[in-house]
Amino acid sequence: MNFEFGEEQELLREQARGFLTNHCPPAAVRAVLDGDADHDAQLWEKIVEMGWTATVIPEEFGGLGLSYLELVVIAEELGRAVAPVPFSSSVYLATEALMACGSQEQKEKWLPMLATGEAIGTFALSEGNGRPSVKSLQTRFSGSGLSGRKLPVADGRAADFAVVVAGSDAGDGASWYLVELDQDGVSREAVRTLDFSRGHAVLEFDNAKAELLGGEGAGWGATERLLDRAAVLFAWEQVGLADAAMIQARDYAMGRYAFGRAIASYQAIKHKLANMYVKNTLARSNCYYGAWALNTDSAELPLAAATARVGAIKAAVFAAEENVQTHGGMGFTWEFDCQFYYRRAKLLGVNVGSEGYWQDRLITAYEQNNAA
Amino acid sequence: MDFNDTQEEAAFRAEAAAWLKDNVPSADELAGLDDIAAAKLWQKRKYDAGWACIRWEKKYGGREASAIEQVIWNQEEAKYSTPGGVFVIGQGMAAPTLMTWGRPEHHERFLPKLASGEEIWCQLFSEPAGGSDLAALRTKAERDGDDWVINGQKIWTSGAHYSDYGILVVRTDPNVAKHKGLSYFFLDMKSPGIEIKPIKQLTGGANFNEVYFTDVRIPDSQRLGEVGQGWQVALTTLMNERAAIGGGGAGVNVDVAYRIASEVMIDDKPAIEDSAVRAKLADWYVQEAGLRFTGYRSMTAMSRGAIPGPENSIGKLVGAPKTQEMASFCMDLLEMSGAIWDENLSKEAGLLQLTYMGAPGGRIAGGTDEIMANIIAERVLGMPQEPRMDKGMSFSEVPTGSN
Repeated sequence: MNFEFGEEQELLREQARGFLTNHCPPAAVRAVLDGDADHDAQLWEKIVEMGWTATVIPEEFGGLGLSYLELVVIAEELGRAVAPVPFSSSVYLATEALMACGSQEQKEKWLPMLATGEAIGTFALSEGNGRPSVKSLQTRFSGSGLSGRKLPVADGRAADFAVVVAGSDAGDGASWYLVELDQDGVSREAVRTLDFSRGHAVLEFDNAKAELLGGEGAGWGATERLLDRAAVLFAWEQVGLADAAMIQARDYAMGRYAFGRAIASYQAIKHKLANMYVKNTLARSNCYYGAWALNTDSAELPLAAATARVGAIKAAVFAAEENVQTHGGMGFTWEFDCQFYYRRAKLLGVNVGSEGYWQDRLITAYEQNNAA
Repeated sequence: MDFNDTQEEAAFRAEAAAWLKDNVPSADELAGLDDIAAAKLWQKRKYDAGWACIRWEKKYGGREASAIEQVIWNQEEAKYSTPGGVFVIGQGMAAPTLMTWGRPEHHERFLPKLASGEEIWCQLFSEPAGGSDLAALRTKAERDGDDWVINGQKIWTSGAHYSDYGILVVRTDPNVAKHKGLSYFFLDMKSPGIEIKPIKQLTGGANFNEVYFTDVRIPDSQRLGEVGQGWQVALTTLMNERAAIGGGGAGVNVDVAYRIASEVMIDDKPAIEDSAVRAKLADWYVQEAGLRFTGYRSMTAMSRGAIPGPENSIGKLVGAPKTQEMASFCMDLLEMSGAIWDENLSKEAGLLQLTYMGAPGGRIAGGTDEIMANIIAERVLGMPQEPRMDKGMSFSEVPTGSN
């Protein structure tokens, strides 16, 4: 049995954690929260310099050609630091979409730029309230351009291009379009979300220039496969966040005294923390499963991804909520950092599909696994 | 990262699997034997072939296997339905305590017969006044020449009625602090003055007992540790409660719940199509998978030489309430007939009702949910203990309730 990271990944973790402690302290998150910027541009530049955006991009396209075991380590540390950068949109979604479905030409054009950070990409699926479905897609390509409206699109203002899911009469009912966002046919407005340390936008397409990414009518299957892959990576961010929130709650409880003793000595608080530990541990172990499946392109990926994602959503949201609760009134203030985890946990919890969506996908994958 | 055995592990697994294939007793062999006779037959067969208590020293019947080999053996044996269970306390708890605190003559006399299953042991720790607060126990031992004379009562003693020996913690000094006045012995369960009364459980079964001691004499040579050192010795026993690794799949699990949800209807459609049902099953699947993969991570750590620690409390803390919730939910799926507990009429031949009725025991035995949560908070997360009202008091001054 070797169900653990190797030495190289542990070294990378140490390096990533050290880097983020220096360059992404709570003050950096707070600066984005308090300011007008969509992300921390300086931090993003340094992350690009570290080569993190190039992690899994093959060397022939200017990447480092490393494995997903490296990428999940980076994801966990970014989650722990609540980093205010467009990493998930550009790396877990746009890069993955291009690697999965891009033509040789598209890959040659975009992957090197994604690797070096010259380009930021994002993925545009949601068109508003409710669970996206192939029937609900209003965005369409007709004649010469793409028209429709997507919201919220993470990093929609920072991105240079978006992979847009549009309805189609062919195949599975959807197609992917790669749309450069700096053009007349595209307007983008900031959308305020509950976590404004991460920029979001509404994108309007009016006969926008767009090129097909992958097959016509192959976009819905591609979307589900992309979400499976992204779910594992998001889940790792979530367990990093959950661990950080648990540690913050524990440390505060050790130092906070009430009725003459540390509140960490009350069982009501200890059991809350034990619950966090249990949820975090199960989520982390399931994330190992997800990482293994992603890294080996296993047929179990849909089940592993949903399992990792459901556990990670629960762990992160629980830890973030109960961290505020453990802090009492101080936790409810703007001044305390508990809000970072609270905001981000919920944002991550809906941003590539809600708990309910992934519970449903999990049972579907379980059925398919049993049938196979 | 992979799920594969190392070369040595794979070789060990193959050897174990091959032996099991040829030696697991058939149903015919076990026909007519009661549970204990069947368990003894299987244990003796393992012992004779060197597959009993494999981590122990060879001279006591083991094969000096590693922790990871023990896990592999457990996994392979679990592929068969083999009789057992009655040796868990003796082999898993009494034996390590004897090894740590006993004298060489104790080892030679008792360990081989523990390994071979010839002698069964029970654990006499809990008392009516000492459950989660085990050290509050009151059964007293007084010195009389070379013997100790025991008076008092123990409770929740599994298998007392068929055990040959027992491990026992008693109070030898009520005038010092709670933990300091305890001593640890082992004794012959046939000793005069022992009276065993079965306790009928809420399930209707009777798996454990009250044990009464009236002037029971134990030779001082059967004391483990110094007089007053009993708590420390008891901790050795308690630390050896089996780390729950790789288990938790039996009984009512997601596979059973899925089968039921596929067969019963909600509004004329299979229940499994209902989104609330899917959500519940998904959450339990996440828990089952989480425990399985946590077990794999522990195995990896053991494979690299680590000793399982308090983090393994998570298995019971998650598994026991989950079992109760799942059994309850599956009965709900059956609607009004969920109440029926009749092997011929009820779904899954009564497994749901049996599991539900037994589930509270799982949440209490071997440390309640609350105690397991305390262990995680204190020993994994490093949080402080609750202040204790009895701290620094001599035991005789400690306040007690009417129970």
